[in-house]
Amino acid sequence: MAPTISHFVILAALLLGIGAAGVLLRRSGIAILLGIELMLNAGNLALVAFARQHGNLEGQVFVFFTMAVAAAEVAVGLALLVAIYRRQQSIDVDRLSVMRW
Amino acid sequence: MVMTVFVVAAVLAIVSALVAVSHRDPVINVLSLVVTFFCVAVNFALLGANFLAAAQILVYAGALLVLFLFVIMLLGAPQAPESGLHRPVQKTAGLALAAIVIIGGVLLALTMKVLPPASPVTGDAREIGKAMLTTHAFSFELISVLLLAAMVGALMLVKRKH
Repeated sequence: MAPTISHFVILAALLLGIGAAGVLLRRSGIAILLGIELMLNAGNLALVAFARQHGNLEGQVFVFFTMAVAAAEVAVGLALLVAIYRRQQSIDVDRLSVMRW
Repeated sequence: MVMTVFVVAAVLAIVSALVAVSHRDPVINVLSLVVTFFCVAVNFALLGANFLAAAQILVYAGALLVLFLFVIMLLGAPQAPESGLHRPVQKTAGLALAAIVIIGGVLLALTMKVLPPASPVTGDAREIGKAMLTTHAFSFELISVLLLAAMVGALMLVKRKH
């Protein structure tokens, strides 16, 4: 028996949920960025599975663009973390309350 | 045979993803996320997307996570305990949202009508490159602008002011 599209979509949903839990529960900036990466990857997996199901390449091309956007997002996000760390010697997002009123 | 590979890769991906979001040590988080990305690359290969499987390993496991490790080393692997543990409301809300996402996705996938794939597509570099440089040429150019903007933005953010 070969895995069908349902198997891949279930795996993608599990990875997306785990990534969402990481983003929502962790307080370290690096762990939050890692959770976002995991969620993007789960979305990529679902896109490739649906592209296979529908028999065209558009989904795979879209995954390629998603990868480029994820690379840009990580570069800017990590630069933000470095700038925050220089400012307050910590990347705990709970301490980022200077802009809260 | 294919099913065995899928099950092994899926279980390994889920276990290493759980370690990646739950462990205290950021270095272990990043290294177990490398395992997850390798397993997702195996799934891409199972789906016939060979070029994407290679790109996944090169871009994610190769470039992005090295960037993460570099920043962790630069910041000196913060060991302080996280402050969010005594916040029951946020913890419950986060876990509930994650559970809703997982249950919804699984239910959607289980009730989905599974048809045999329309026609097997092979995502080799030739086909993807052709699609990307003809149909999606405008998006392709936009991506290069986005990467340039991200590069300039990252440089500006970490530049020291004299």
